[in-house]
Amino acid sequence: MKTSELPVTIYTPESSLASPGKMVREMFADLAAGRELAWRLAVRDIQAQYRQAFLGILWAFILPVANTLAWLFLTGAGIVTVSSTSLPYPVYVFTGTMLWAIFMDALNSPLQQANAAKGMLAKLNFPREALIVSGIYQTLFNAGIKLALVLIAIAVLGVFPGWRALLIPFGVMSLILVGTAVGVLVTPIGLLYTDVGKALPLLMQFLMYVTPVVFPMPKEGWAATLFAVNPLTPVLVTARDWLTGQTPESLGYFLLVNLVTVSLLLAVWIVYRLAMPILIERMSA
Amino acid sequence: MSETLIKVEGVSKKFCRSLKKSLWYGLQDLGREMAGQRHGGNGELRPDEFWAVKDVSFELKRGECLGLIGRNGAGKTTLLRMLNGLIKPDTGRIEMRGRVGALIALGAGFNPILSGRENIHVNASILGLTRREIHTKIDEIIDFAEISEFIDMPVQSYSSGMAVRLGFAVASTLTPDVLILDEVLAVGDANFRSKCWRRIGELLQNAAVILVSHEAYAISRVCDRAILLDKGEVKCDAPANETLSFYVISQPLEMQSGIRAIHESVKYFKLHPITNDLRPGDFLEFDLEINMKQAVKVDHAFVNINDPSDEVHAQSYLQFPSLGLSKGGNLFHIAIGPLFLSRGLFTAVIFISGFGGKVPIIHSRQELTFRFDNHINYGPKFYPPGLVKSCLI
Repeated sequence: MKTSELPVTIYTPESSLASPGKMVREMFADLAAGRELAWRLAVRDIQAQYRQAFLGILWAFILPVANTLAWLFLTGAGIVTVSSTSLPYPVYVFTGTMLWAIFMDALNSPLQQANAAKGMLAKLNFPREALIVSGIYQTLFNAGIKLALVLIAIAVLGVFPGWRALLIPFGVMSLILVGTAVGVLVTPIGLLYTDVGKALPLLMQFLMYVTPVVFPMPKEGWAATLFAVNPLTPVLVTARDWLTGQTPESLGYFLLVNLVTVSLLLAVWIVYRLAMPILIERMSA
Repeated sequence: MSETLIKVEGVSKKFCRSLKKSLWYGLQDLGREMAGQRHGGNGELRPDEFWAVKDVSFELKRGECLGLIGRNGAGKTTLLRMLNGLIKPDTGRIEMRGRVGALIALGAGFNPILSGRENIHVNASILGLTRREIHTKIDEIIDFAEISEFIDMPVQSYSSGMAVRLGFAVASTLTPDVLILDEVLAVGDANFRSKCWRRIGELLQNAAVILVSHEAYAISRVCDRAILLDKGEVKCDAPANETLSFYVISQPLEMQSGIRAIHESVKYFKLHPITNDLRPGDFLEFDLEINMKQAVKVDHAFVNINDPSDEVHAQSYLQFPSLGLSKGGNLFHIAIGPLFLSRGLFTAVIFISGFGGKVPIIHSRQELTFRFDNHINYGPKFYPPGLVKSCLI
């Protein structure tokens, strides 16, 4: 065996950013190397999750269903009044909360995965990308269950996506893309300080109310501007439009947000990679 | 088969004593890394930091085995974590060739809900085995772990020994070029331990190996060379047996304020060491002064001679005068020997019981430490001469 045949690994204090070409090659090499592991971890987590739960996969949609019922009650009882929507309100709320739940799954997953794997991270060297990818697989699995339920439910209520059903995956992928990018962004600091994990749900709660999830878009005032500017609005609205067979109105903004998010995801991926050894150093040995 | 697989040049690592500061430094390091600056600054320490590993260099070829020894907190594990690429060095350079395998954290990623078989797949993936490798080796793994009847049961119903056996079986299927072993090595009962050692022996031949262990026996038997780390610095880098001797000699021989338990009938007791540097055949001698509040008959009394990891190397029963301990002062001269111990530090543990043998009167540990010099670094407690004579057939 010749020396040159063996792969060489070098560790130095230099930042990987100093040699970007090499870093990008390594990033994609690790992503490829971690594919199988990501799949295994996803299968492990999904199996374990549902094997220990009596209600099994029902948990994938119990929360959004409960949320929908709460809003239907609030509006039905007249406690909250909502301006009229182009869709029947139950369909509007149900599709909104389900899609939002998919987004939240994607957003929470990177930090959750990294936290759950702390012990492994601190002791073993494996492609760190596998954790993120495994999280995406799990989100996709749960999203599939949610979508099936939504499609059945809205069909019962008389709404059909028609030929736009073909576009639904793009809408969902876009939600997951944005969620993952933000999730990976907060992961490094979230691993260091638990504050992030605590503050995130609070922030997301607020964000939900400035996105047309349960309320339709306000027509005027500063709230209307807030809704319109919010980059989540086009993503959620477009996904819902495709899901319910409507013509998407803000396709341009939707594409722009996706484009920006793809580059954001690349950037936060780099941050995540660079951060891992530094974070592991600060975890327990 | 003599390529250099590991090259470590002037590697250092700093650690922080305070958690709050450590997290804050972590955040700063993160910022610096993003800015493309090198890790660890220019080698200066920030407040509350210290060198966990300082300026370590060595090279290792295929087929060689390097031992790392030193007290707890000497920086052995930190060095291993850098070699494994888990954390970045603050200075220096590490170069590794080929597949790196680590027998650390056995059974990492096991999920208790899933069956042993499912967990093999997960654990092996984490360790970097491909699907095909796992597929061809799974039966071998199950056989090695000796748990074929339980393999489809959830791992949470395994005994801790079974789980650890499964972990070792998976981790040791790797055939790495560079192998990192941390303590764990041999797990389970005596039978399985010897099986572990055989497997490790197979791996040793084709890899460059770094072994961390507190067992002088393991280091002496397996390693060609050993490095002694003390407060992160290399104190000795020599053939394994020389480093082990140096380690024994360099350890401070101090009378620690040991653990002692005394019965209420005892006013005080003192140990006065007489000999503390012994060679084969010598006696350990000391004076035992016991001041009693009441007279007590001694039922059992013995002295154990233990090594630093508390393994008993010799035991000696003491015959006290039949009158036992009288009220007031008692002084005894005690001599134990002739002693034949391996080279190392030992401590005499004294245990005296009375009141029908059920109640310990005195139990003192780690107060009486001595050093033993011998040409043997480990192993047998007694070495009788062996004669070889040729015979007619």
